[in-house]
Amino acid sequence: MGRKLLLEHINVPGINTFDVYRSKGGYAAVEKALKTLTPEEVVEEVKKSGLRGRGGAGFPTGMKWSFLAKPEGVERYLVCNADESEPGTFKDRFLMTYIPHLLIEGMIVASFALGAKTSYIYVRGEMMPQIRILEKAIAEAKAKGFLGKNILGTGYDLELYVQPGGGAYICGEETALLESLEGKRGNPRIKPPFPAIAGLYGCPTVVNNVESIAAVVPIINDGGDEYAKIGIGRSTGTKLISAGGNLKKPGVYEIDLGLPAEEFLYSDDYCGGIANGKLLKAVVAGGSSVPILPANLFLKTINNEARLMSYESLADGGFVSGTMMGSGGFIAYDEDQCIVRNTWNFARFYHHESCGQCSPCREGTGWMEKVLHRLEYGHGKMSDMDLLVDVSKKIEGNTICPLGDAAAWPVASAIRHFRDEFEWHVTNAYEATTRNYGLAHYADPLNAVIA
Amino acid sequence: MKVTIDSITIEVEPGTTILNAARMIGGDIVPPAMCYYSKLEGSGGKCRTCLVQVSKGSEKDPRPMPKLVASCRTTVMDGMEVKNISSPEVIEARKGVVEMLLINHPLDCPVCDQAGECHLQDLGYEHGAAKTRYEFDRRTFEKIDIGDKIQLHMTRCILCYRCVFVADQITDHRIHGILNRGDHSEISTYITKAVDNDFSGNVIDVCPVGALTDKTFRFKNRVWFTKPVEAHRECENPKCCGKVTLWYKGEDVLRVTARKDEYGEAEEFICNTCRFDKKKTIDWVIEGPRKVSHKSVISSNHYDTLKPLPVVKTNPLLQQANKEQFERETRL
Repeated sequence: MGRKLLLEHINVPGINTFDVYRSKGGYAAVEKALKTLTPEEVVEEVKKSGLRGRGGAGFPTGMKWSFLAKPEGVERYLVCNADESEPGTFKDRFLMTYIPHLLIEGMIVASFALGAKTSYIYVRGEMMPQIRILEKAIAEAKAKGFLGKNILGTGYDLELYVQPGGGAYICGEETALLESLEGKRGNPRIKPPFPAIAGLYGCPTVVNNVESIAAVVPIINDGGDEYAKIGIGRSTGTKLISAGGNLKKPGVYEIDLGLPAEEFLYSDDYCGGIANGKLLKAVVAGGSSVPILPANLFLKTINNEARLMSYESLADGGFVSGTMMGSGGFIAYDEDQCIVRNTWNFARFYHHESCGQCSPCREGTGWMEKVLHRLEYGHGKMSDMDLLVDVSKKIEGNTICPLGDAAAWPVASAIRHFRDEFEWHVTNAYEATTRNYGLAHYADPLNAVIA
Repeated sequence: MKVTIDSITIEVEPGTTILNAARMIGGDIVPPAMCYYSKLEGSGGKCRTCLVQVSKGSEKDPRPMPKLVASCRTTVMDGMEVKNISSPEVIEARKGVVEMLLINHPLDCPVCDQAGECHLQDLGYEHGAAKTRYEFDRRTFEKIDIGDKIQLHMTRCILCYRCVFVADQITDHRIHGILNRGDHSEISTYITKAVDNDFSGNVIDVCPVGALTDKTFRFKNRVWFTKPVEAHRECENPKCCGKVTLWYKGEDVLRVTARKDEYGEAEEFICNTCRFDKKKTIDWVIEGPRKVSHKSVISSNHYDTLKPLPVVKTNPLLQQANKEQFERETRL
């Protein structure tokens, strides 16, 4: 099992309290950063570490920080995006529940690096227990002088607030999150201007995922160069993967990026293989938004190389035969699962969560959901597959925010890779309502697949 | 700043959007806009009908933009090259957007008061398909009365947010917004609370479809049977300009609206007194007939004069072609 940076002390009893966390070396990064480093040096360390955003897009965090506009006399904000609502992803909730002080510590260091005097943690409304945990942790840190005025006597002031959201998926999009944080309707803003120029209340703002901010702590403790040694290529460090679906051992795992996908799936250190002795049929590698892959294409790339758990390797093959790292919501499907039903379920989610601001997404997500519902319940037509692909193309790239793309990709990829299962739902309509298509050839060696 | 749209170059001020640059050139290369309204701050970017392709970012950074951009919210850069009707991707995407806008629209034009001056009708005529691929029930809503003068028929709404911006920016206090999300979103006055405000009538003028209609005009006549006449009066309201279009049928003024330009935008907003209460010729000083674009059904059987576009005025070759085209069109 690889090394653990974020979840090292996760099993220590009472790690959610300040004293235990501190006794395990917690808040050392705050001391190091505030007392020995300048904000620019902290940004430089994060840049050196090669840390990439853990929320889904994988944009280098250090780069994002250095883009922040710093006009004189204007407040700057750091906002932590804890609105984790991607189906299949639960790593941030896990982290906030069991080791909240890691996030608080990361927030202090990151706010110091960006020169923010006020920072917010925007938590999804459904996560009420986590909001209470964070508020308690903030109160503890404040009592010990790690938050508030003149932190550790360094003259740096920081106020940290927890803001519950309304529980909308769209508020995980950074500009919609800022709108919601300002107390408005959570509609994504039209970019430009980007939040780094005009974000919260029109001031320069950085929005980072919970895990990205937590990862700043080991980066400052060990140094950016040390962190960059972990991982492979441009995918550095460790990543939390929320493994779910038909696995023997579902849960949150911290992996070194670059771990072979096969090892992650079948090793007893991680997921332990497919439950109940079944066979793997398909995998969604990074949360519901990323393209779904059949078992054979997930384990091997189209060039017959082993697939690794890294940003580059998962994306190998582009949209034709690859997928994306996304937010790390790993969902495995065994041979008994129905891909049509799963695709309908995802489409239903995006239909429900579309903000309704721009027309392709508002109307298109509902349309796709209705067509998929028809297919799943045996009323589909052969032309429906082409219709779905066409509708998904009309949505993709034509919307204000990436929710349109996120709704289009799972549908388009499911039809690309599992078209015969969709067709079987049309030709054997009655059978399709009583049994599933089964494994078919989706786990066959790659050369049998015509991609 | 130089910007080239469909191979026509024009010099514009910095900060101009692509859409406004295209409107300066005029003609067929102007992208359609359903949600953008030049008089309302922050409007635009939502309907996606004005998508264009930027094939060259600027003189400094000639890389093309990776995705189609909303021309109403993208400002021009020096040396930018934009493709609108000359790009197959744009045409394809626009067709997709029009299809999306129409799948939940009731298509009740025969009984809709907006027919004849409806932007969605024009857009569907220009870019839409004759048959729909949508085979499900369309979304419907109950009609809502917003005060005694305005009716909201959400079923027809395309959620352009223009009326929300009017409520925010033109009227005094907002009791009007969007409820719910996704395709259940609806314009609402928050549980039928009446919009009672001096300028609330302007939501009728900004609505691109028949979702917000004038109850004093509903079902009185078809717009193409009425004759638009420009008129003005000394309005007591200091914020109202008093310049309107009167829509006559015979001797009677059937309705009063703001004066709309060729893109359907009100030139200046008017107050509710002018709009709803002054419906006699004696209230007004008549200026003369209102020119309506010859492409509109309202101007059928009206005479027209040659009005060359700004870019044509400087080019003798285009001048000749424009004259010929004008003669060909008006002969019909």
